[in-house]
Amino acid sequence: MLPTATFHILLALAEDDRHGYAIIQDVAARTGGELKLSAGTLYRSIQRMLEQGLIVETRDRPAPEDDDERRRYYRITPEGTAAAREEARRLAQLVRMARARGLAPRKA
Amino acid sequence: MGEGAFEMRVYDLLLRVYPSSFRNEYGGEMRAVFARSRRDAVGAGSIVTLWLGTIAEVAGNAALVHGDLLRQDAGYTLRVLRRTPGFAITAVLIVALGIGATTAVFSVTDFVLIRPLPFPDPSRLVKVWERTPGYNRLELSAANYRDWTEGSAVFERIGMYHAAAANLLGAGEPLNVFGAAVSADLFPTLGVRPLLGRLFVETDDRKGAAGTLILSYRLWQTQFGGDPAVVGRELLLDSEKFAVVGVMPREFRFPSSDAQLWTPLRFDEQDYVDRNNNWLESVGRLRRGVTIVQARARLELLAAQSRRQYPKENADVSASVIRFSDEVSNQSRLLLVALCGAAGCVLLIACANLANLLLARALGRRRELAVRAAMGAGRERMIRQLMTESLLLAAIGGILGVLVARSAVPLLNRLVPSTLPLATAPVVDLRVLLFAMALTGVTGVAFGLAPVLRVGGEADLGGLRESARIGGGSRERLRSMLVVAEIVASVVLLVSAGLLLRALWTVQSTDPGFRAEGVLTLRTALPYPQYGRVATREAFYRRVLSDVRALPGVTSAGYISFQPLGRMRGGIWPVSLDGRPVNVADHQVAFIRYVTPGYFATLGIPMKSGRDVREADDVDRKPYAAVVSESFVRRYWPKDDLASVLGRHFTFAYEDRLVVGVVGDVRMRGLERDAEPQVYLSSKQVPDNWIIGYAPRSLAVRTTTTPAALAPSIRAIVRRVDPTLPVSDVTTLADLVDGDTASRSAQLRVLGAFAVIAFVLAGIGIHGLLSFAVSQRAQEIGVRVALGATRRDILSMVVGRCARLAAAGVIPGIAIAYVAGREMEALLAGVRPADATTMAAAVGLSIAMAAAGSLVPTLRALRVDPMTALRTE
Repeated sequence: MLPTATFHILLALAEDDRHGYAIIQDVAARTGGELKLSAGTLYRSIQRMLEQGLIVETRDRPAPEDDDERRRYYRITPEGTAAAREEARRLAQLVRMARARGLAPRKA
Repeated sequence: MGEGAFEMRVYDLLLRVYPSSFRNEYGGEMRAVFARSRRDAVGAGSIVTLWLGTIAEVAGNAALVHGDLLRQDAGYTLRVLRRTPGFAITAVLIVALGIGATTAVFSVTDFVLIRPLPFPDPSRLVKVWERTPGYNRLELSAANYRDWTEGSAVFERIGMYHAAAANLLGAGEPLNVFGAAVSADLFPTLGVRPLLGRLFVETDDRKGAAGTLILSYRLWQTQFGGDPAVVGRELLLDSEKFAVVGVMPREFRFPSSDAQLWTPLRFDEQDYVDRNNNWLESVGRLRRGVTIVQARARLELLAAQSRRQYPKENADVSASVIRFSDEVSNQSRLLLVALCGAAGCVLLIACANLANLLLARALGRRRELAVRAAMGAGRERMIRQLMTESLLLAAIGGILGVLVARSAVPLLNRLVPSTLPLATAPVVDLRVLLFAMALTGVTGVAFGLAPVLRVGGEADLGGLRESARIGGGSRERLRSMLVVAEIVASVVLLVSAGLLLRALWTVQSTDPGFRAEGVLTLRTALPYPQYGRVATREAFYRRVLSDVRALPGVTSAGYISFQPLGRMRGGIWPVSLDGRPVNVADHQVAFIRYVTPGYFATLGIPMKSGRDVREADDVDRKPYAAVVSESFVRRYWPKDDLASVLGRHFTFAYEDRLVVGVVGDVRMRGLERDAEPQVYLSSKQVPDNWIIGYAPRSLAVRTTTTPAALAPSIRAIVRRVDPTLPVSDVTTLADLVDGDTASRSAQLRVLGAFAVIAFVLAGIGIHGLLSFAVSQRAQEIGVRVALGATRRDILSMVVGRCARLAAAGVIPGIAIAYVAGREMEALLAGVRPADATTMAAAVGLSIAMAAAGSLVPTLRALRVDPMTALRTE
């Protein structure tokens, strides 16, 4: 089971390499502003995810107009993708079970 | 921009809450994120929301990040410790001993000296005493009490009391209970309330008032089964009727922890006549805002007034006001302070030992640490890791230490003076736990600091290049200093324990003046007024003594007012020679004791000249006979020998007395007190209803069998003669003598245990240091051997090192021990702090310890094989 913040960070990085603030913005956009990661939560999660090998820091810089020299960019690893997939399956299963008991909408 | 820069500085400050490793890694990123969020926030409201959110967020996440690091470090530490279980166990045990010893002593010290008394607002409670040359704390006479306290400007309230024993009937077996007669003001002064019923009121205090009494919780439980209907019940106390009016709460003990009941202190005008009858103790509550200094000044003024008013009776009488909490005797205080010092020494040694262990390990782990540093662990991370390790060891040791303290505290119970108004015994409670926790923290930091300073400071790549050969030179100076400190502390403890042991031996070998073995003593109550008449008492003595003497194994028996070394250690009376007036200030007094014939033979007190009192010494035969002690002769007729004083007269206890015999001195007040002049009078030669308190009530029986086994038959005899008479204080004289040295032996046991722990730890310290040095210098030794060094050279190298350590520790140790001995001279019973035997023994033991500690490393050094040692290079 992944912590919520970790899962969201993986989702944000699944699409593209991003720096910290971009991750925060992506999560906020996807959740309709419901989840706003704080800087501390973000980097504490990043530190653990780096240790666990779910993400890596990337040396490839994006297009120069978006680049900010001081920024660090993170990229999801195959382990990260696998972990996110596994978590998604777990959540889907939970929702299926809830639906079987009439506790969730018919369509996710 | 200026404002933005200011806000970023504030944010930087906030970031400082994070561990620096985390901050170095992500601080810049977090700053950028914050800067963007700040730019996006428009309007005062959202700026404030942003800041509040940020502060909360930083606080929460920083704690989590610290937790992550701690978990990481602790996990690493546990893995490392599991690889070296010997080290881990040694370290934990050392901490446990150090913290256990200190915590146990603290719990007792806190209980006796620091904790406030169990009364509301105890800082305002004081005791008032009379002071005369020779007596610092003399009980008050009723008249002086009244003159000094009536309408007082300094006391909100003041009450008086007088401790006394009484015989209680009406609750099963007749019972001799200890308690106090108290004035109606006393309990309100202390600020206590009854559990049941009421306290005394002023009408209870008048002479002739109906008898009332208040029960202690304990007596209520044990004798009345905790029955609430006990209030109102009538009991017989010394054959007088008393109605129970109240029961006090469980934790109320006053004046001492063994008090069981309280009666009113009843007065009439007659009691205020004699100003030299000092028998009242008093407790006062100072008015709010009145300091003890003001109270002293005020009382001294009143005492001076009394001196002018009654120049004869109150000559030299002044007043002293002492905080109630300071009533603990100086000796108890000194003893506890000494024990705290000793415990501190043990803790110091434990810390030094651990610092050394960790230092040795850290030096051994230099390569590992260097690798970690090379892999990017910053200095702060390394220090953090090392501190986590020592704090973790300290924490495990601390937990064990608290368990050690828990089991040790009951053994220290004897160090709590029973004269304190405290209900409970010291226990390891929250206060003590907090102390132990603080101690553990300090300990962990103290012994963790050494390796941190040593290794954390030089975590560079040097450790990688250099092989593990880092034995000699300045690197070991810190470790040697720690070992020397251990030796110093252990020498101090050894000498202190040695001095106390000598003191105990001195006291135990003191001749008490009687032969204690084979004597049973007990008290028969003989209450007033039934036993007020001499003839009634004599009939009782005659029947009891003749039956007791007929018991198998009994060789003699006799009665006396109070046994030596018993609960009542005083009882003095002025002595007047040749009709001259008594000079009380000059201490012209002697102990007064009434005896039956045969008492001296029973205790084995030698007759030096003349004769014992005898049956014929009765009330009609004047002048009354007196047997005096040698010290009496020395004091009052210093030029004459013991035989020539027979037939002399002196006035004592209202009568002319004729010296008929001289006996050896008895140490009435204790083995450590000199024998004061003593006068023994015939139990028959006293008018009826006079000085009832001194009527012989204490029976002594000498037997050739086990004395304690006699108790049931003697109880049976007393019951036959008077079934209502309680028997109490059944004990052997030998136990009384032991009791006199009990606190001394307890204190010696504690200090001795500390000395042994210190001694062993210091030995371990020496062993550890030398073992490490030898293993680190194995190559050097190998080279030396290869170059032709003999076994002798190697031996002198290691042994010389050890000798230098020992000398460096022993010499200052002896000096400090001497100073410590001077400080506790009052506990030494005349043994000199510079006692040569003790010093020599301590030095000898320290040398033996150093030798034992260096034995294994020396052997190992001798066994170094030059080929193997060189090959590892």
